Amino acid sequence: MRGFPDGESMIVAEELTKIFDDFLAVDRISLFVPSGKVMVLLGKNGAGKTTTVRMLTSILRPSSGSARVAGFDVVKQAEKVRASVGVLTEHHGLYGRMNTEEYLQFFGSLYGLSARESMQRAVPLLERFDLQVARKKRLSEFSKGMRQKLALVRALLHDPPVLLLDEPTSAMDPESARSVRDAIVQLRKQGRTVLLCTHNLAEAEELADLVAIIHGGRILIQETPEKVKEILLGAPEFEVKLARPLDAWPSGLPAGVTLRESDGDRARFYIESPAQTNPHFLRWMLEQHLEVISFQEVPRSLEQAFLELVKERESGEVYA
Amino acid sequence: MLDAVRPALIIARREVRDQFRDWRIIFPIIGLTLVFPFIMNWTAQQMLGFTREYGATIVADRLVPFLLMVVGFFPISVSLVIALESFVGEKERGSIEPLLNTPLKDWQLYLGKLLSSTVPPLVSSYLGMIVYLAGLMIRRITIPEGGMLVQIVVLTTVQAVMMVAGAVAVSLQATSVRSANLLSSFIIIPTAFLIQWEALVMFWGNQNLLWWVIVAVVILTFLLVRVGVAHFQREELLGRDIDVLKLPWIWGVFRRNFTGHARSVGDWYRQVLLRSLPRLTLPVLLSAGLALAGIWAGINLVDRFIVPTSSSTPEKFRESLMQLFGADSINQWSLARMIFFQNIRALLIGMLLGVCSFGVLGVLPLFTTMGLAGALGRAMVIKGLSLGTILSSLLPHGVLEIPAVILATAAVLQLGAVLLTPTPGQTIGEAWVAALAEWSRVMVGIVIPLLILAALVEALLTPHIALFFLQ
Repeated sequence: MRGFPDGESMIVAEELTKIFDDFLAVDRISLFVPSGKVMVLLGKNGAGKTTTVRMLTSILRPSSGSARVAGFDVVKQAEKVRASVGVLTEHHGLYGRMNTEEYLQFFGSLYGLSARESMQRAVPLLERFDLQVARKKRLSEFSKGMRQKLALVRALLHDPPVLLLDEPTSAMDPESARSVRDAIVQLRKQGRTVLLCTHNLAEAEELADLVAIIHGGRILIQETPEKVKEILLGAPEFEVKLARPLDAWPSGLPAGVTLRESDGDRARFYIESPAQTNPHFLRWMLEQHLEVISFQEVPRSLEQAFLELVKERESGEVYA
Repeated sequence: MLDAVRPALIIARREVRDQFRDWRIIFPIIGLTLVFPFIMNWTAQQMLGFTREYGATIVADRLVPFLLMVVGFFPISVSLVIALESFVGEKERGSIEPLLNTPLKDWQLYLGKLLSSTVPPLVSSYLGMIVYLAGLMIRRITIPEGGMLVQIVVLTTVQAVMMVAGAVAVSLQATSVRSANLLSSFIIIPTAFLIQWEALVMFWGNQNLLWWVIVAVVILTFLLVRVGVAHFQREELLGRDIDVLKLPWIWGVFRRNFTGHARSVGDWYRQVLLRSLPRLTLPVLLSAGLALAGIWAGINLVDRFIVPTSSSTPEKFRESLMQLFGADSINQWSLARMIFFQNIRALLIGMLLGVCSFGVLGVLPLFTTMGLAGALGRAMVIKGLSLGTILSSLLPHGVLEIPAVILATAAVLQLGAVLLTPTPGQTIGEAWVAALAEWSRVMVGIVIPLLILAALVEALLTPHIALFFLQ
C-alpha cells in the first residue's frame, strides 16, 4: 500500500461543482482529508454525498473545480485515481450466478492481479469478515449483510491507499456491523485514508477523525467531531450533583462558568475552556462549602449537532 | 495492443460464462441452432415441391438462400436481448458501478460487452446455417453459390453487430430493462424493414445490389459503433434516462443556444450567427463536394439513359409547370411561394432523414437537386443550347439557392456528427439540442432569407433572362 506523509492530504477537493442539466447537485465544495484519517461525510438523502464520491472516483466529471485523490487529478489521471481507490458503493449489486472466489478473481483480474494473487489477498479478508465458509457459494444465495461484506472485501482486494465507503454497515446485523467498524479502525491504523458516507451518526461519532456536513450540495462545516459539537451546540455542559439541595446557588461564579439551570441538589453549567476553567470552578465550590457528590460532562451527540445545523441551515444561517 | 484488449476479454469471458449459466438464454440458442434449421430444411423442400409444380422454379431457387438468411438471423436476434440485459440489466441491478470504479477504460468495457453480446449468438447463427446447408445437401437440394453464401454470412455478422451497437445507444438512455425494451422498437422496426429489403433484393436476384446493401449496412453499423464508443462513458451510464422528457430544460437549452444572449437582431447576426459559421467549415466543404458529385451524377445519368428534352424551352417548361400544379395560368407570386415551400419541405425532410441516419441521408435533397440541375444542363447541351443559355436558366436563382441548400445540409451533417462525437462537458442530449439550435439559427438567419430571394428570382427574373438568351 502506498502512503502519504502524515498530515498530507490524500483527498483534496477544491470548489468542486456538479451540475446535471439544470440541477445543481454539488455546489463548490472543498474537502481536505489528511493521510491516515477517517472523514465522515454526513448529510440527508439527496444532499450530494454520492455525487461527491463519484466525482472523487473519477466516474463523474466535475462541472467546475478540481480534486486530487492519492495525489492524482480526478479528471486528467482518472485511471490512476481508480486504481488507487477502493470503493464501496451504495448499490453493490453482485453477479448472482458467480461464487465468491470467481467474483473476487474477476475483480482482481481487472486490477491486474492473477487468480492466485487475488485469492492470496482475499483469504485473510474473507476470514476477517466471516465469509471463508462461503467461498464456493453462489452470490444469489447471500444475505444482505454477506453481500455488503463481500463488496467491502472487493473494495480492499487491490490494497488501495484510499477508501471511499458509502453506507458500509447498512443492512448488516449488529455483529457484522461491529466487525466492519473494527476493520475501518484497523485500516486507519495501517495508514489508509477513508471517506465514509453514512446516516448512522453513532457510527460517525465512533469512527470520525473529521466530520463534514453536506446539505443542499454544500459543505456546511468541516471539523473534528468535538469542534463541530462546540461550534453548533455552544460551550460544553457540566452537571454538578450535591449532597443536599440548595435554595439558590451562591453568586460570584468563576469567569467562564454560566449557570444554565438548577433544581434542588442538581445544577447544569456551560463551561468555556474546561481544561482551564474546571480546576478553578471545583476550588470555588469547595470554598463555598458545597458538598459535591459528582461533577461530570453532559454527553452531547453528533446527532444533536447535525440536527441543529440542518435546522439552522434551513432557517438561513451558514457556517464556514 | 493485446494488453489493452485484455481487460475487454476479461469482461467478455465473464459475461459469456454468465450467459451459459442461464437456461433462458441457452434453450433458445440450442433450439435455433439445432432444431430451427431442420424446420427450414423441411419448409424449403415443401416450398420447392409446391413452386416447381407450377413451374415457378426461379421463386424456388431464390427461396433457398432466403431461408438461409432467416436461419442465420433468428439466433442473432437473441443478441439484442443479451445486449440490453448486459448493459441496462447491470445498470438496474447496480452491478455496473463497481465495474466503473475499476481502472477499465470506457472503450474496454464497451468492447467487452459488445463481444459478449455478439459472439455467442453469432456462433449459434453460423452453426445453424451449417446445419441448414448440411440438411439441404442430405435432401439433395442445390445449395446457394459461394458468392451468395459469403453475402449472407457477412450480412448476418454485420447485422448482429448493428443490433448490439443499437442496443448500446438505447441502453445509454435507459435505466431499466423495461424502458430499454420499450426503446428497443427503435432497433427492431428498422431491422425488420432492412430484412424485408434484403429479402426483396434476394428474390429479385440482383447480387450486385445486395453488395451495395451490405456496404450501406456496414457504414450504418460503423456509425452506430462510433456512437457507442463516443457516448459509452461513465457519466452517461450513471443516471442518464429519458423516462421524463424535461421540456422546459430542452427549451431553455435551445433558446440559450439559438439566441446566444443577443440583445438585438443585428447583434444576433454579428455576435452569434456569423461567429458560429466557422464551425460549419468542414461540413460546408463536404456538402459542396456532394453538390459537385450530384451534378456529375446527373450528367452521367443523362448520358446513359435517353431523356426527353422537349421541355427545355421556356414555353414548354411553363406548360409543364401548369400541368404539374393544375393551374390554367401561372401566377408568378404563387409560383415563387410554391418554389419556396417546396425547397423548405425538401430541407425539412432532409433534416428528418439526417436525424435518423447520423446526418448521412440528410444530404439527399442537396444531392438530388444538384443531380437534377446537372441532368437538366446536360439535356440542354444535348438539345444544342449554348452554355450561356443553360447558365441563364439556372444561375440567377442558383447563386442564392445553392449556397442556401449547401449551408442547410452542412448544418444537418453537423447535427449527425454531434451524435458521433462526444462534446466535453455536455451530455449527448444537451449537445444535440445545441446542434439543433445551430441548425435552426442557420435556417432562420441565412437559409430561409436566401430561399425567399431565390424563389422570387426564379419566378420573376430567371424566365425573362432565360428567354432573352433563348431568343
